[in-house]
Formats: sequence, structure tokens, C-alpha cells
Amino acid sequence: MAERHELIVANMTDVVTAPGTRKGPGAGRFSPRLAGLPGPLRAAFRLVGIVPFTVYVALGLIIPLIAVMVGAFQDPNTGAFTWSNVNIASQGVYLEGFRQSIELSLLATLIPGVCGLLIAYAIFTAKRGQFLRQVVITASGVFANFGGIPLAFLFIASLGSTALVTGWLSAVGLNIYDHGFSLYTLSGVAVVYMYFQIPLMVLVILPALEGLRPAWREAAENMGARSWQYWRYVGGPVLMPSFLSCLILLFGSALSAYATAEALTSGTIPLTAIQIGSFLNGNVISGQQNVGKALGLGMVIIIAVIMVFYVLLQRRAAKWLR
Amino acid sequence: MAPINQRVARSGRFPVWRWVILLVAAVYFLLPLYAALRFAGIHAFGAVFTQPGFGSSLWTSVQLGAMTWIITMALMLPTTIYVHLRMPRLRRVLEGITILPIVIPPVVLIIGVLQVAPLALRATMWLLGLEYVILAMPFAYRAIDAGLRSIDLKTLTEASSNLGASVLTTLRLVIVPNLRTSLLSSTVLILALVLGEFTMASLNLVQTFPVWIVAFDQDNAQISEAASMLALFVTWLFLMLIVLVGSRQARRTGRGEVNLFSVTTTTTTTIGES
Repeated sequence: MAERHELIVANMTDVVTAPGTRKGPGAGRFSPRLAGLPGPLRAAFRLVGIVPFTVYVALGLIIPLIAVMVGAFQDPNTGAFTWSNVNIASQGVYLEGFRQSIELSLLATLIPGVCGLLIAYAIFTAKRGQFLRQVVITASGVFANFGGIPLAFLFIASLGSTALVTGWLSAVGLNIYDHGFSLYTLSGVAVVYMYFQIPLMVLVILPALEGLRPAWREAAENMGARSWQYWRYVGGPVLMPSFLSCLILLFGSALSAYATAEALTSGTIPLTAIQIGSFLNGNVISGQQNVGKALGLGMVIIIAVIMVFYVLLQRRAAKWLR
Repeated sequence: MAPINQRVARSGRFPVWRWVILLVAAVYFLLPLYAALRFAGIHAFGAVFTQPGFGSSLWTSVQLGAMTWIITMALMLPTTIYVHLRMPRLRRVLEGITILPIVIPPVVLIIGVLQVAPLALRATMWLLGLEYVILAMPFAYRAIDAGLRSIDLKTLTEASSNLGASVLTTLRLVIVPNLRTSLLSSTVLILALVLGEFTMASLNLVQTFPVWIVAFDQDNAQISEAASMLALFVTWLFLMLIVLVGSRQARRTGRGEVNLFSVTTTTTTTIGES
């Protein structure tokens, strides 16, 4: 009997200390070899290990971004400081481009965000559908990287004005083009964007869903919580920070989508990413070569503002968690 | 844990709800494919392989995938392990830095890159590969980080060095085998990324497979469409294969299941601490 009891205890301990439950295993402070050195020197030595990474990020990411920001304020011919790029980039068709880009990105973030969450939850709870899960996850990996003319074409062939699905729908009496839908408008583009945004959401939200321990649900149910109460007080608050960070990611992805938008609209809707691309392709009025960089700066600012919102919201969410 | 899991699955109050969602999703994702398939016609698929540029662009993409994978692993694996062991406080910082390539539009990044890159590198495959490493970093970091958090890294490395193993031996014989599933999932993500990336490749004037498909579209839309669907399907098969093989190995060694963004151990789950 006693032996059996011990077995259960051992088993429980195993569950408690199972890999991954402890925060940051191996959180060694510093190497024993360096322990004898004075503090600042020790810190400097420890930094050596991340030098390759830092140098690579600096060369491949930070310096190019700085170059864009500096270039946004430079005269393309003389290199002198000027506001004119930024002025041009914040007016007329470019301002409209920012407006439409943000609108499109919001549309293509919120709807796929919710749809992706639902799909991820559906395959997450289908515990026995191991194969279904793997099919959905790998398919998401592929679809999330799909885009450009091939994607645009998929929808032109199905939802274009004389295409397959449009035909089916009008055969049953619903002509979507009479009801104001068009593939070549903002909402049409948003429908196409969902094709890579939803899979992206599924991919990035799944790890967060996996963090919802079944035990929490059990505990809530044992205390008499209804399903909505569980989501309102346990699941929702736990999931919220991850959900928001996934939305940020989706927004960034929608904002930077370039090939798909270009293939679909061919310039009928002004979008910032396409405008930047056309500067790179050399379709530039002389003296305006750096306007593209100013547009890039604008995009980075939009992302930065969203990130600030995200940090604020996340602090809120952290409060709920306490 | 198993009974609890089962009970949640059994008590799933929304079997209908679940199937409706999956059905709607399936319709949304498969119907356009079907429409395009009908447009392209079956014979176009056979013609893809004989088109000029098919082989060379595919080869370019494969080389890029290999190059990106090698550099990303060589850079991210030691760095992530080092940070876990010696500077755990920096993990947050690293997480923050590695989110940047996801949220910064590639079209913005490539402007800067083309401006600062040495002339000899511009419009070459090498520059593209080096930048793909930046794009791949977030996925590699997250997967490796999740894997490292699911093992007791400190004990393993200390035990290994007590037995007289050098750092490289420890890495090769102790850490990497333990990280097999996370390395596999980051490999999958890196390859999917490289095989599908268009913006940077086209603006850097390198004819990768996605760029070739689009360039080809001007001449023959049907074959181009067939090629892109073929690429989609082959990439998916490839990923499915990797994941299936990985999961089988994982089951044999008692480790978790391979997901694309995380490695789930059987008893507990790993989650980003955000």
C-alpha cells in the first residue's frame, strides 16, 4: 500500500516538474570560469557570445533601416537635408495610399484574426484528429507563404465578374457584382488577402492555444463555471496578449503585402507598398528618387505606432492576469 | 494528464460548430484552387517541366533554401543556446529584435539593403540569401527557444562538461539531438519561406522560382498557373513528409509532436511568454 502511495507521489512530482513547466531551465547566472573577474569585465566577456548575432542584425536589418530613414530626409542629387521627400510623401496620392493601406490592413487583420483563431481552436480541440491537425498545419505553412499573381489568379478564376463561383451564385439568384462586390476594390482585395492571412493566424496562434492547460478548464468546470465564464475569466485573459501580438503580426503582413496587391489591382487602388515598389523599379520623376524612402519611413512609423498600442494593451492584459 | 485531455476532447460541446468552421474554411481554400485547376487544364501540368527557365529558377530557389538554412542555423543555434545558458535576461530582448523582420515590410527593408550593400553583391543571389536569413530569424529563434525551454539545458551541459566533453561535442552529441523536433520545425518554416518569397527576390532582380512563375505569366497564363499550383502542392507534400517523419521520430524517442511554431511535449506545453 505504502509503495503504491509512493508511486502516485512520484508520478505527481513528475507532472509538476515536467519539462517546460519551470521557467527558464538552466538559468545559470554566469560561467564558473568568469566568476573570479570583476563585475563589469565579466559582463563584457559574457557579451562576446552574442557578437555574431548582433553584427548580423546590425548589417542586415538595422543599418538598411537607418539608411531608409536618413534617405527620407536627403536630396537625391546633393545629399543635403530636405523636407521635400516627406512633404511629397504625405500629400495627395501618397497620403491616400497610406489611408487605403491602413484601411485594407485593418480589414485583412481583424476578420482573418478571428477566423484563424476559430480554425486553430477547432483543430486544437480535435485531439484525436492527429492527421487532420498535421494536414491543416502544414497546409497553413504553405498557404501563408502563397501570394502574388498566382494567388490573384486563383480568385480571378473563381470570383471574377464572369468566373466560376460568381456564375454559380448568379445561377441561384445572387449576383454579387450587382450587390456592389468587386474583386478589384478594397473589400475584394481583403477577401484575397484572407487566403494567406488566415493560415498565418492559425500558425502563430496555435502555440498560444497549446498554452491553455486542460487543467484550468477542469478547475473552472469543477467550480461550476459555464463555458462563457471560462472564456471570460480564464481562457480569454490568458489568450489576450498572444492574440494581440498575433494581430500585430497580421497587420504587418497585410501592410507589407506587395505582389498580390500589385497583381490584383495593377494600380487601381493606391497602396503604399506598391508605390514604394514602383520607386524601386525606377518609375520615378527626376528629383523624387528619395520619396520612396520617405514612404518607407511612413510605413515604419505606422508599425511603430501599432507596436506602442500593443505594448500598452499588453500591460492592461498583464493586469488582468494578476 | 491523459485522462484530462481525453475528457476535454469528449466534452467538446461543439462538434457541429467545429465541423461547420472546418467546412467553411475548406470551401474558402479549395474552391479557388478548383476554379484555377479547371482554367489551367490537366495538360498544362505536363508542359510545366519543359518550359525554359523552369530548371534553373528551381535550382536557384533550392540553393537559396540551403544557403539560408545553413547560415540561419549556424547563427541562431549557438546564439540562442548561449543566451539561455549565460544571459537568460536577454531572452526578452532577443524576442523583441527577432519580431522586427516580421513586422517591417520587406519592400522597405530591401530599399535600404540595396542602398547600403556593396555594389558587387547587389542583384546577386548571395545578397538575397543573406537577407533571407534576417527574414528566417524570427521563426528559427522561436522554434529553438521553445525547444530549449522544454529541456533542462543547464544540467545537460554541466553533466556533459563534467564528463570531459568539449563545447562542440556537447553541442553535437547532447543538445542538438534533444532539439531535433524544434530544428525540424524551423527547417520547415525556413524552406516554406524561401520557396515562396517574391517581393525581395523580384526587387533584387534574382530569378527564383516564384519570380519565374510571374515572369512566365506574360507568355502563357495557363502554364504559369499550373506551375504555381504544382509548386504549392509539392511544397505541401514536402512539409507534410518532414512533419510526419519528425513526429514518428519524436514518438519513438518520447519527445513531443512537431508543430510549425512550437514543440509540444507530451505532458506540458510550451508557450511564448508574451
